Amino acid sequence: MRRAARGLIHEGPVTTAVPDAEPLAKWDLRLYVAGQSPRSLAAIANLKMLCEEHLAGEYQIEVIDLLKTPQLSRDDQIMAIPTLVRRLPAPIRKIIGDLSDTESTLVGLQLRRPPATKRA
Amino acid sequence: MSRRPKAVAAPPPKLAKCPSGIRGFDDITGGGFPRGRPTLICGGSGSGKTLLGLQFLVRGIEEHGEPGVFMGFEEREKDLAENVASLGFDLPALIADKKLVLEQVTIDRDEIPETGEYNLDGLFIRLGLAIDEVGAKRVVLDTIEALFAALTNLRTLRSELRRLFVWLKEKGVTAIVTAERGDGSLTRHGLEEYVSDCVILLDQKVTDEIATRRLRIVKYRGSAHGTNEYPFLIEEHGFTVLPITAIGLNYPVSRDVVSTGVAKLDAMLAGKGYFRGGTLLLSGTAGTGKTSIAASFIHAGCQRGERCIYFTFEESPDQLVRNMHSISINLERWIDKGVLRIAASRPTSNGLEVHLSAMLNLVDQFKPQIVVLDPVSSFEAAGTALDATAMLMRLVDLLKARQITAMFTSLASAGRPAEQGEAGISSLVDTWLVVRNLEQAGERTRALSIIKSRGMNHSNQARELLLTSKGVDMAEVFIGPNGGLVTGSARIAQEMADRAAATALKQDISRKQAAMARKGRLTEARIAEMRDELAAEAMEFKLKIATQTSTDSKQTSDRASMMRQREQAGGAPARRVRGGAG
Repeated sequence: MRRAARGLIHEGPVTTAVPDAEPLAKWDLRLYVAGQSPRSLAAIANLKMLCEEHLAGEYQIEVIDLLKTPQLSRDDQIMAIPTLVRRLPAPIRKIIGDLSDTESTLVGLQLRRPPATKRA
Repeated sequence: MSRRPKAVAAPPPKLAKCPSGIRGFDDITGGGFPRGRPTLICGGSGSGKTLLGLQFLVRGIEEHGEPGVFMGFEEREKDLAENVASLGFDLPALIADKKLVLEQVTIDRDEIPETGEYNLDGLFIRLGLAIDEVGAKRVVLDTIEALFAALTNLRTLRSELRRLFVWLKEKGVTAIVTAERGDGSLTRHGLEEYVSDCVILLDQKVTDEIATRRLRIVKYRGSAHGTNEYPFLIEEHGFTVLPITAIGLNYPVSRDVVSTGVAKLDAMLAGKGYFRGGTLLLSGTAGTGKTSIAASFIHAGCQRGERCIYFTFEESPDQLVRNMHSISINLERWIDKGVLRIAASRPTSNGLEVHLSAMLNLVDQFKPQIVVLDPVSSFEAAGTALDATAMLMRLVDLLKARQITAMFTSLASAGRPAEQGEAGISSLVDTWLVVRNLEQAGERTRALSIIKSRGMNHSNQARELLLTSKGVDMAEVFIGPNGGLVTGSARIAQEMADRAAATALKQDISRKQAAMARKGRLTEARIAEMRDELAAEAMEFKLKIATQTSTDSKQTSDRASMMRQREQAGGAPARRVRGGAG
């Protein structure tokens, strides 16, 4: 595993997120926000923190501002802001909210089993 | 300073309306949906919400040049286009023309995990993008309630919906929001709480196995509106509301009169016929010749070159054509000429509204001057009597507005006085003819009378109606000895008796005339005879006088000569002679 391209945060829909055309990171995440609202900023921060903690070196994050590229709200079927899309590993999963609830974010990303099972 | 009197308070600005593009709807709302505001359409599944919304958009583009956005949360875009293609809506073409945007919002089947605060900016951005792309003036959200299935944070969802409707108003678009009907409430999720300017309810009722779709305006802030339940239809031309009182009573009326096709019936109707654009009711029991009178009217109309439609609900067109040959009316000729259309359908084959709409469509397409419905009473079989009356009222209104002369025949059930039937529509019609079966002297005959004919000095006399091989005719009036109308063979007998009496009278007169003449001649002869007699007598008398005169003069002369003789012979006075002898 090379670390060079990991942990990058790209702003905007960039397919060249990985400069050296390597295979994509194991975790490919996209976060849809609208402008620089406190909620958006909180979501970005929460996501970063969470990734560093649980997916260090294995993730890439693409932040998409729908105010700049509204077309993507259609293409990616985004209703709620913020929405986090797990593009890899398959299958695609969507999580909405500012990711302040770390527990349910981890469950949503399938990094942790649902609480009911876990607590049992 | 203006010297004008105190300014009269200006009437409050009238709520701007957005034409709905739905036939009949603008009539009951005074112009359509509230412009620049959202309208909520609620109804059960399959009640026509989506179609109403789409028609609003498509007509807005086609008729008012107002582009639109359709944001669907349920039906797939492709399905949607296919579903409405049958109604003549070409969505792909409108999309290609940049007049319409179809936004398909996919709601994930699985619940989306929620990890904190969020809003629906994504949806707003998407909708805003679509609106800006085509400069949309009209927006449909169908069915936004689907969001309730996808999102768990109801507090957020509700506040976002509230924000959405405010945002739509700010955008200045006229929006339609559809929602599912809930149990005991207008919508399942209480959307009426957010969209409160105008709420419309769509419903479907099944009465006697016949389904009728109905529309009701639950509320319409700042606008007068009809409060009734209005039947509506979804058919080949899309969504149509059928208001009862849309037209009002302000249609233009004609003073023209059209012939009934029966000269003697024209004579009964002030010598002219029916008023053009009027509504005629022809009622009677079975077999009284209603269809024949109607066919005569059609025939006369076609002869004048007018276009006619004959709606028949009991006979097939062929049957009608054949039957009318028996009274020398050749309808086939007019059909071939393209001035007559015979439309046959079973009343029970469809709901009343479908019938009404089908008739209107044909009327609007064929543009006739005369329409016959034969018989309207059969509609009672397709709905309740009340529904049938309501439908006929609408039909009367719609035909009058188009200046079409309409004749309705109605079968009065036997045993019920004809005048009492048709109570529902008889007050709507301008001219009402009743044909009755009379039974006397062991036969049935028909008597036609005019119960009313508005604005016309019509005959009050009942006449016998004759269906002859030369057409419909009316007999002369014969009043029997007891004052009743004499018809049929009784009339013929009466006619014969009258003729016999007349002949007898005539013979009597001529006999008397001859007798008089003879008597005259006799008198003359006797006068002549007497005159002869008188002349003869006079002659005789003259003769006598003449004889007498000659005798007298002879005697005188004789005496004179005797005297002379005596004086010469004796010279004695005569007295001596006389004494000497004594």
